[in-house]
Amino acid sequence: METLVQIEKVRKVYKRDEFEVPVLNGITLDVPGGDFLALMGPSGSGKTTLLNLIAGIDRPTSGRIIVEGKEISRFSETALASWRARHVGFIFQLYNLIPVLNAFENVELPLLLTKLSKKQRREHVNTALNIVGLGDRMFHYPRQLSGGQEQRVAIARAIVTDPMLLVADEPTGDLDARNAEEILNLLQRLNDEFDKTIVMVTHDPKAALHARHTLHLEKGLLVEMAAEGMETISARAEA
Amino acid sequence: MIPLKYNVQNLKARGVSTLLSILGIGIVIAVMLSMMALYNGVKKATTTAASKDAMMVLREGAQAEVSSWVTKEAYRIIRALPGIQKDSKAQPLISPEIVIAFKIPKKDNPKGSNVIVRGVTQNAFAMRPYVHLVQGRMFRPGSSEVIVARRIRDRFLNIDLGDTFKFGPQQWNVVGVFDAGKSAFSSEMWADVDYLGQARKRTAYSSLLVRPVDRAAFESIKAAIANDNRLKLQVKSESQYYDEQTNGLLGIVVLVFIVALFMVAAAVLATMNTMFAAVSSRKKELATMRAIGYKRRQILLAMVIESAFVAFLGGVAGIILALPVNFISTGTINWQTFSEVAFNFDVDRGVALMGLILAVVSGVIGGLIPAATAARMPIVQALREI
Repeated sequence: METLVQIEKVRKVYKRDEFEVPVLNGITLDVPGGDFLALMGPSGSGKTTLLNLIAGIDRPTSGRIIVEGKEISRFSETALASWRARHVGFIFQLYNLIPVLNAFENVELPLLLTKLSKKQRREHVNTALNIVGLGDRMFHYPRQLSGGQEQRVAIARAIVTDPMLLVADEPTGDLDARNAEEILNLLQRLNDEFDKTIVMVTHDPKAALHARHTLHLEKGLLVEMAAEGMETISARAEA
Repeated sequence: MIPLKYNVQNLKARGVSTLLSILGIGIVIAVMLSMMALYNGVKKATTTAASKDAMMVLREGAQAEVSSWVTKEAYRIIRALPGIQKDSKAQPLISPEIVIAFKIPKKDNPKGSNVIVRGVTQNAFAMRPYVHLVQGRMFRPGSSEVIVARRIRDRFLNIDLGDTFKFGPQQWNVVGVFDAGKSAFSSEMWADVDYLGQARKRTAYSSLLVRPVDRAAFESIKAAIANDNRLKLQVKSESQYYDEQTNGLLGIVVLVFIVALFMVAAAVLATMNTMFAAVSSRKKELATMRAIGYKRRQILLAMVIESAFVAFLGGVAGIILALPVNFISTGTINWQTFSEVAFNFDVDRGVALMGLILAVVSGVIGGLIPAATAARMPIVQALREI
């Protein structure tokens, strides 16, 4: 499979007052298109930071991030926003739905950035909500939905623009085992049937089992790779 | 663009806070509108109904009718000038008038205040059709009878229909009440010009009001008066004269302006406070929208729209709160004539629109900094907010 995301010698250092806190210490990693990659590691290992960099909501201190041949780490703020709108779907631990908008309107939100007509938007929203199995909850507000349902609405919002890349930060972190399983099955289906490339941060080994590959981070470095599919990823820690 | 529903629903979601903001801005705007209504009312009380076509003849250098005189000789010369419109009896439309200030006790001030008493002939009524009797009857020529403007009647003592009051050696009988709309005459009493002149020992008129047949006649009469060395008179249009009278209102204008400035500043701060609170409680969802692909300027715009919308509703509330002042009728001193000007607070469409505009402008200004803060937050950091 072709490489979708290339990460080259990426370092990320946060500044806290006058201290510099290194979070990522030189990561090189290729994520092929169609992969479902789980990023694991203890708190502070840099896994969420890496996810944010891949998703284009944060910038590396040094190194390059190339997605589909475009070096997004060099994009301007505005270009990056447009890029995210077209190419990335976000799934958050706490769903991050807009409480004052109903399920339909939440899912429609990314489509308002496109040139689609109202009718086309409605069709896309319907499709997305049906994929996640919430076609009958369209006009419910987030507070009227269970956690699992909220996360499914959030997934519908993430896929409604048909992006190639989905990023999920602890998507099951706030759900009970049964709902977590459903969400993971849904993500797996999106990967299998709809060919979405998924990068998921999790600290739950059971969640990681749903991924095709798992990478571990520790102290800002990649430390090992999961057993399966090693041949399709080239990743190494640059110590 | 972020849908407007998002803003409206958020305003609803923090209903009490929104209502308080609307009320706060409303009160500020209401106070400002009242100030503007006062200015508007005074201006209308002195300038409305004055005609561009009618000519005021005054002594050279006189600022106001009370300090002007026009001799009877001059009156006869001007009356004979060609170009003056004729009435149905072929008499020229020219109104010789005497203007004298009477000091009369007020209902709220027994020491009294000056009231303009205008001595007129029948022509004064013919040339100002908006002055009409509403009660009683017209004064008889050559008598000590007066008619009183309704607004003055309401504010002074012993000048109601049927009352008699003393000024100087004379007793004056009130036989009628008139209405002069929003014109300066609503602050006057009218009496017979000849009797008033004799009673107050005036040998000259104060002013003449002349109606020329057309614009050309206006200019030719004006030139004729200016070129006649015997007269030493000046001519201006009636509307120009009353406009100049409002120069004395400059103090009010400055006051209104300063108050308005402070009020707008207050509205801006109120809005800013509300919007900072609104933005800080929504950091995470605004960051989510940016992650999804909304640009900084779209977030900025959404928050400014929300702020402007609250301020707009505040403006509407302000207008509603200010409307009752419309019914307040009161008086002030015209500093040109040192006499009472009765006026109504006047919240008209222009004043209301001004209030709305100022409300929205303060909403936009007040919303800008919080909105910019919202738009500039680093996404990753804001996403971690609870």
